[in-house]
Amino acid sequence: MADEQPTAPAAAAPSAPPSAPRHERSDRGPRPGGRPGGGPRGDKKYFRRKKVCKFCVEKIDSINYKDVGLLRQFVAERGKIVPRRLSGVCTPHQRRVTNAIKQARNIALLPFAAGF
Amino acid sequence: MDRTYEVMFIVRPDMVEEELDKLISNLEAAVTGGKGTVKSVDKMGKRRLAYVVRKFMDGFYILLTVEGTGEMVHELERRLRVTEPVIKFITVRIDESQKRVDKIKALRATRVKRPPAPVEAPAAPATGSEAPASV
Repeated sequence: MADEQPTAPAAAAPSAPPSAPRHERSDRGPRPGGRPGGGPRGDKKYFRRKKVCKFCVEKIDSINYKDVGLLRQFVAERGKIVPRRLSGVCTPHQRRVTNAIKQARNIALLPFAAGF
Repeated sequence: MDRTYEVMFIVRPDMVEEELDKLISNLEAAVTGGKGTVKSVDKMGKRRLAYVVRKFMDGFYILLTVEGTGEMVHELERRLRVTEPVIKFITVRIDESQKRVDKIKALRATRVKRPPAPVEAPAAPATGSEAPASV
């Protein structure tokens, strides 16, 4: 036991430097790129290079609660609203989509919870 | 200063056509009584509901576009709540969003006409002196 004690802090010392790169790798969440697959490709700082806002590209003006077909693309299988980082929609459009989905849910065009 | 509203309501599926028309004319009377105008009535037909509402799985959807004040809408909603065949309704104000859409469309129309103009504009101030290269 007396022999183990000096080796324990010696073992602890080399483990301290690896914690610095480990901290970088586990820092996926707050980074703007988001997913670990797309980040280390090259530009770690830039935003999602593939996903563009569907509404900005196709210049869809009005997002209505009535067009269920359009809204269904932003609703998951169980009826949950798809987050912005997965659908790639820009903020003002995501807000309008969310409001439209909530209105559609109230008038029974979309379910609140589905797929049981 | 009239506002445009869109009222969508669901009527129970086992309704007769004539009763439905009677209901709609009742609501239209309420609108005109509140000094509003009915812009359009759209019977969207029978649709399957996303969840069970008052033990019904389908419903007859009707869309009503009206123009009027908030009090008129209040009265209209009160009537919808009271009528037994109506199982769900929602009122959405659409004049602000309509204004925005119209503005975007107008902007797009003017943007198409603008490209010929800037081509001439840089040419005009560039030729400040009358004989640029002949001297």
